Amino acid sequence: MVATPAPAAHATDDLPRRPVDWLPMALVPAVALIAIPFIGSPSTWLTLTIAGLAMGVIIFMISSGLMLVFGLMDVMNFGHGAFITLGAYVGLTIFAPLSVWIDSSNLALNLLVLTLGLLAAVVVAGAVGLVFDRVLIRPVYGNHLKQILITMGGFIVVEQLIRAIWGAEMVTLNIPAALRGSLFIGDAAIERYRILALVVGAGVFAAMLLILTKTRIGLQIRAGVEDRDMLEAMGYRTRHLFVAVFVAGAMLAGMGGLMWGLYQQNFTPAIGSQANVLIFIVIIIGGLGSTTGCMIAALLVGLTTNYTGFAEPKIALFSNILLMLLVLLWRPQGLYAVVNR
Amino acid sequence: MSEILLSLKNVETRIGPYHILHGVDLDVPKGSATMLLGRNGAGKTTTVRTIMNLWRASAGTIHFDGRDITNLETPDVARLGIGYVPETMGIFADLTIAENMRLAAFSGKIDTQRLERIFTMFPAIKRFWLARAGTLSGGQKQMLSIARAIVEPRRLLIIDEPTKGLAPAIVGNMVPIFRDLKQSGVTILMIEQNFAFANAIGDHVAVMDDGKVVHAGTMAELADNEAIQRRLLGLSMASHQ
Ligand SMILES: Nc1ncnc2c1ncn2[C@@H]1O[C@H](COP(=O)(O)OP(=O)(O)OP(=O)(O)O)[C@@H](O)[C@H]1O
Ligand SMILES: [Mg+2]
Repeated sequence: MVATPAPAAHATDDLPRRPVDWLPMALVPAVALIAIPFIGSPSTWLTLTIAGLAMGVIIFMISSGLMLVFGLMDVMNFGHGAFITLGAYVGLTIFAPLSVWIDSSNLALNLLVLTLGLLAAVVVAGAVGLVFDRVLIRPVYGNHLKQILITMGGFIVVEQLIRAIWGAEMVTLNIPAALRGSLFIGDAAIERYRILALVVGAGVFAAMLLILTKTRIGLQIRAGVEDRDMLEAMGYRTRHLFVAVFVAGAMLAGMGGLMWGLYQQNFTPAIGSQANVLIFIVIIIGGLGSTTGCMIAALLVGLTTNYTGFAEPKIALFSNILLMLLVLLWRPQGLYAVVNR
Repeated sequence: MSEILLSLKNVETRIGPYHILHGVDLDVPKGSATMLLGRNGAGKTTTVRTIMNLWRASAGTIHFDGRDITNLETPDVARLGIGYVPETMGIFADLTIAENMRLAAFSGKIDTQRLERIFTMFPAIKRFWLARAGTLSGGQKQMLSIARAIVEPRRLLIIDEPTKGLAPAIVGNMVPIFRDLKQSGVTILMIEQNFAFANAIGDHVAVMDDGKVVHAGTMAELADNEAIQRRLLGLSMASHQ
């Protein structure tokens, strides 16, 4: 990107090297292994593990944007769940007239309708995100209490609008035909849709890392998360950067919202507010400003939810809070905190 | 009388409920180094942050090259050609040295010759080019912060206590670097507590106390007058070594 003389390859030899911090990454396999004796049957364990990872990458999609917004601008947005609900319901609207394609056994048609749904979810969530930023967030810049109150208010308004448009009762979102059902690995049933979710989630994660590390705007975002004042003092207008990140975060949440709706298949307009709790747990566990931390936290939450949901359903939600407390006891700033706030 | 590049008139700054600057008057002549001295808590850092509009002046005016910049947003102040090295250095620890430098080059390109010069000044920048900036030592971080500020031609360099917490040997090495920078024609406004260092670099001096500039003149004049030094700076003989 920039023509600079490349220093010799050995240049970093005598570096005061700090070893790569692998421990948080080891948490995901560790939690999976610890679960084995509690689950009992290996095939059930494999099913739950795939389900947990799939849920994890979807939670990553809906959390990562909010995490960057928090880190970059210190803005408390409690209304992020609105984009999730929007994504799920916009998907519903796109799917309804195309039910012939959804029920067709032609995988290409299935994927086409899914892509259309995701595109629409992204566009609508992004547009509403832009309005959210202009109308709700800009006026309360720098004031946490007002941010919390007004974004919660905005969330309620959006949710009520969704109830008015789509109704309050439970709706069903059909997974396209070729993606329904399961593959079998031995006795373990692996739902096809979960594999798709894993692929999409991994793609989103890779794209985010690529943008954040290889592009100039990504560089600005990472720098701004660490020290916004310094970035501004170098001539960069972080206001524009923030709008871009906020809208991108809303788009991701819209996309994740539809993926989440398909994962659950049946949902109500409360789908976003229910996910909101998980999002905050993920952001706190992951640490502010780290995309990798966010992914690890989301996978941990996905796995924990699925394991405890099977082994001990009564403690399913509580188990995530326990997970959060344990992580915070170990690392009070979260797994990888780029920002200390 | 040389031309004034930066001029503050009666600048007041409040941080939340605190009234920190009580009418700062400061002139920075073009093409030379002005040292801003004063006791801890005198308001030096607040003054330069106000120039960058990281704090907003509640009264008074700031002019740069004849233009009123009092209400210019921070990025627009920087784009006038002002390089800023904050007291906290402002290193992006999670980024590599290379990424820190690339970002500092606002145009998007680092001039190769300039970079070679920076490598000569600060060999560590070259050596650790691909390392995360957070792994650098305190002195190396200070070098990086200065290198970032000069990666593109600047009209004014604002440097807040470059010697803070650095070993004397490193401080000694920095003197010729700033002298070179001065030779290249850039105007410098530097906050400095180390009097010997300030004396080695400065042409002009302003001393702050309690949110005001209480003395302004040439560096030579202040260096010759120990009575003023003691009164304004509370300097003991120890700080002359
Ligand atoms: N963010 C802040 N909030 C409240 N008060 C502040 C803040 N920053 C600085 N102050 C106060 O303003 C006064 C001036 O601080 P400033 O940092 O400008 O001094 P300084 O001359 O740079 O001191 P030093 O030599 O210690 O760096 C001090 O009394 C300080 O406590
Ligand atoms: Mg200071």
